[in-house]
Amino acid sequence: MNDASVKQPTYYEEVERKGYSRRDFMKFVSMMTAFIGLENSAIGDVAKALETKPRLPVIWLHFQECTCCSESFIRSSHPIVADILLDKISLDYTETLMAASGVQAEQAMKNTMTKYKGQYILCVEGSVPMAADGVYCMIGGKTSLQILEEAAEGAAAIIAWGSCASNGCVQAAKPNPTAATPIHKLVKGKPVIKVPGCPPIGEVMAGVIVHYLTFGRIPELDKLGRPKAFYSKRVHDSCYRRPFYDAGLFVESFDDENAKKGYCLYKVGCKGPSTYNACGVMKWNNGTSYPIQSGHPCIGCSEENYWDNGRLYERASSFAGFGIEATADNIGKAALAATGVAVAAHAIATNVRKKKLIFELEKEGQKSEKELES
Amino acid sequence: MSTKYLHVHKLRRVYVWEKPVRIYHWLNVVVLLALIITGFYIGNPLAQLSTKEASDRYTMGWFRYVHFVAAYIFFFNFLFRIYWGFVGNKYANWRQFVPFSKKFYKEMWYVIRMDILMLKGREHMSIGHNAMAGFTYFLTFLAFLVQCLTGFGLYAAMSTWWFPKLFAWVPSLFGGDIITRQIHHWAMWFFILFAIVHVYLVFYHDYVEGRGEMSSMGGGWKFIEEEVFERNHHQTPNPTKDTK
Repeated sequence: MNDASVKQPTYYEEVERKGYSRRDFMKFVSMMTAFIGLENSAIGDVAKALETKPRLPVIWLHFQECTCCSESFIRSSHPIVADILLDKISLDYTETLMAASGVQAEQAMKNTMTKYKGQYILCVEGSVPMAADGVYCMIGGKTSLQILEEAAEGAAAIIAWGSCASNGCVQAAKPNPTAATPIHKLVKGKPVIKVPGCPPIGEVMAGVIVHYLTFGRIPELDKLGRPKAFYSKRVHDSCYRRPFYDAGLFVESFDDENAKKGYCLYKVGCKGPSTYNACGVMKWNNGTSYPIQSGHPCIGCSEENYWDNGRLYERASSFAGFGIEATADNIGKAALAATGVAVAAHAIATNVRKKKLIFELEKEGQKSEKELES
Repeated sequence: MSTKYLHVHKLRRVYVWEKPVRIYHWLNVVVLLALIITGFYIGNPLAQLSTKEASDRYTMGWFRYVHFVAAYIFFFNFLFRIYWGFVGNKYANWRQFVPFSKKFYKEMWYVIRMDILMLKGREHMSIGHNAMAGFTYFLTFLAFLVQCLTGFGLYAAMSTWWFPKLFAWVPSLFGGDIITRQIHHWAMWFFILFAIVHVYLVFYHDYVEGRGEMSSMGGGWKFIEEEVFERNHHQTPNPTKDTK
């Protein structure tokens, strides 16, 4: 097992050891600086931090999830992101990628937890099932909640990595049979950085770690606990199809002429206008593309409850409690018809029930009219 | 006055709706119509084909622009009306809308029996709003509030001005923009249904009371019978201290 007294190598030492040139390293540094929203002048700070500071120990836990977050992470645009940040750091403990297994793996995690108490970053991928005493997800004989609580105790900060950990994602969809619960609802007294997305963009993760390393504190978060640098703009705001939206030119169906022309996907259910993420800017898979660029509407995967908030290919959503076909406008039209009928019925009833009153008013008016004539 | 005319009601002109109330009302009508029409369009824009470059067109942009401008007018008009509820005449006072007293509820129940269930009895003759109408307007104020909060909450992210940014907390309260947008859409239907019932009931009151209900929002006057005037003569501006 690792000796606590051995000094951890810095990131730069690891980069060198892996055979990257100084130029590669500086490219990575400037990219990360731009991603986390810092000025050019901060490139030096970031480089210095990566050169001088020992690598951050990271424990990466997997609960109820599909590992798409890890998959996304190892495909991030710069190889150093995966090679150094993930490979080196998280080998301390991550079920998917570590070599150890069984008792040895559990021991490795325990060692990291005691050795780096109060220093390590805890990444949680997946939600914690709370139903049936947590039996839906158990590792090494312990429930997810037990593992989380143990690991969270000595963590400097917690990254809720992906929609599962941030808001429960698909397994928390109604009726949420396993009572899948996001991390921020279970851990108290520790900073929780939510990085929602299904999966989230790999660079965001790297950006959070680099930010923490450079400044010694977590990045600025928005009201929902997401790093502002990546989640303060809607996908809509950085969408290259936005001019078509403003012009009022929309794709009506996936095989129409407008789809070929690359018009806006708003009418086929694009959730870009309601989704806060950096997809339009950072893109995916080494900056190759992102859903809208490939002709598919944004499904809003980084938004809470996106699976329950209506259908993926329609703007209108079903009205809670009225069945799947009942959109707001259908209910509205029915209410409108009911109101119309009620008004008509009331008008008829008025003429019947208040006949005398109306008759008297009329008579009075007629009388005045006659007297005027006479 | 000749006794010859005693068999007809003597009507007294009462200045019920002051000019600021009338301006508020009609501005609200225009702005709400604009908001509903543009809102429907934004929710489900028309299919369009064009040979023009997208950069030469701004259809959706204009609809949204009108929606946002109308929203600002709507909001400040609403704020003004709240202010006028404290400085305006007794018919504009906030006490006409908020059901605080037992008398308010009693009157509401009476209006329900007379005007909705059409039971027989002495007609209810109110001068300004009746309690039921006042309470309904109170509900519309709540709906106004919901629309302003959700609307500006959604708008906050695309604004650089501090004012809409004040509402940035709203979507996070509901759990994101998707659900906030839906609440905004659902609540809009309340305005449509309200408008229909409201306009119908104005016709109704004009029809069965014959006191100029329809035109009152134009000139501000209603006409009340001498008996009604006498009955209400000593009424204080606060209906809670009213004598029947």
